[in-house]
Amino acid sequence: MDNSTATIIPFPTLNIIACGALAKELIALKSLNHLQQINISCLPARYHNTPKLIPDAVDKKIELIKSRNDGKILIAYGDCGTGGLLDAVIEKHNLLQENLVERLPGAHCYQFFAGQQAFIDIQEEEIGSFYLTDFLVNQFESYVWKSLGLDKNPELLELYFSNYKRLVFLAQTNNEKLTKLAETCANRLNLKFERIYTGYGDLEKSLNNFNAGEIPIVQIQPKLYAS
Amino acid sequence: MSDESDYDDVVDLNALPDDELVEQMQDDLYDGLRDEVIEGTQILLKRNWKPAVILKDALVGGMTIVGVDFRDGILFVPEVLLSANAMKGGMEILRPLLSATDNVSAGKMVIGTVKGDIHDIGKNLVKMMMEGGGFEVIDLGINQSVGDFFAAIEEYKPDIVGMSALLTTTMPYMKVVIDEMVAKGIRDDFIVLVGGAPLNEEFGAAVGADAYCRDAASTVDIAKEQMALRQAAVS
Repeated sequence: MDNSTATIIPFPTLNIIACGALAKELIALKSLNHLQQINISCLPARYHNTPKLIPDAVDKKIELIKSRNDGKILIAYGDCGTGGLLDAVIEKHNLLQENLVERLPGAHCYQFFAGQQAFIDIQEEEIGSFYLTDFLVNQFESYVWKSLGLDKNPELLELYFSNYKRLVFLAQTNNEKLTKLAETCANRLNLKFERIYTGYGDLEKSLNNFNAGEIPIVQIQPKLYAS
Repeated sequence: MSDESDYDDVVDLNALPDDELVEQMQDDLYDGLRDEVIEGTQILLKRNWKPAVILKDALVGGMTIVGVDFRDGILFVPEVLLSANAMKGGMEILRPLLSATDNVSAGKMVIGTVKGDIHDIGKNLVKMMMEGGGFEVIDLGINQSVGDFFAAIEEYKPDIVGMSALLTTTMPYMKVVIDEMVAKGIRDDFIVLVGGAPLNEEFGAAVGADAYCRDAASTVDIAKEQMALRQAAVS
């Protein structure tokens, strides 16, 4: 009888707090990359339209996770219109425990799907670009059309979109049906249509680096109002 | 403000006494009923109300309630836009009359959305409320560079420079404009107000603005306070 005892070293737990708009993509990436040790916890995607609710909600999730395990936490959000307040929450937790919490780079999910520089190039090419991702195309009716009140008040369309010139569909998948739907969205908004295939972009890179324990790829934006 | 049953009632605005008509106009403005607000404005004019009083009591008064309920999460952007559209209807009637009868301006403001940003809904609301508050407003539009702001300052010689941004990526440009004002030695000649969804008071202070304005209604109050402070400092 072998009396030796094998020591099983478990993978450290990794936690992701994500916008619900990224849930499908993150679950797909977790499965594709066999990342069983990653816990994904989502906040409602509707916060996309009410960014002021994001920092507090993320703060509460971080506290909840900290009460359950010691794993690092990736915030799968861009700044997402919080004006630096999400980063302030992250900084607060990192003051207590160094490098505990990281965030995806960029201002919005559009940016980390497209890639930092690519997004800047797209935006500089046409400042009046309105972006949709796979999620937003699928949810266009509720997250764009209805949430802007266009179902009841179509006359508001001009007020909302008169400064936009084109709709850019940043596609995570090659899905002909979705592309046609995105084109329909552009027509409804009276915008030119353009599709750019991004795949999972920096989201995939960040997830793999997070899993590998490489910190630097995910970094907090410099303080917006630093002098 | 109004419950659903109100919609079933057809209110004869002409039959209402002045105080009830003003109250009804505020309700109609809250509900985004442009035609009714226009009708109410015309009735008050026929009753020899001064345009400035109609503007202040009925339109600005109504829009202020809208602003408060927006801030408190009772109303959302679509409803605010409908209310603003109703107010605009009344203002279109009053504006030419105001310029003919009320020449005393509360101050002059140039306002624009900063470079890289095309969002102007908030800016347009501020413009309307500031006009309602008696300010002369020069709207520079969207995507305004430092050069654009400086050209407007030179041309219009405003009391107030207002900057708006909706994007996290564009809001730091406000500091670029203010820094350039400092560099040219003209910063203290103007009141600088900043606003936009991702901004906050800390940001406003950090970029060197005189004040951060959280919504259109409060912008008017802040602008008046700042004008009073400036006048007090001069006298």
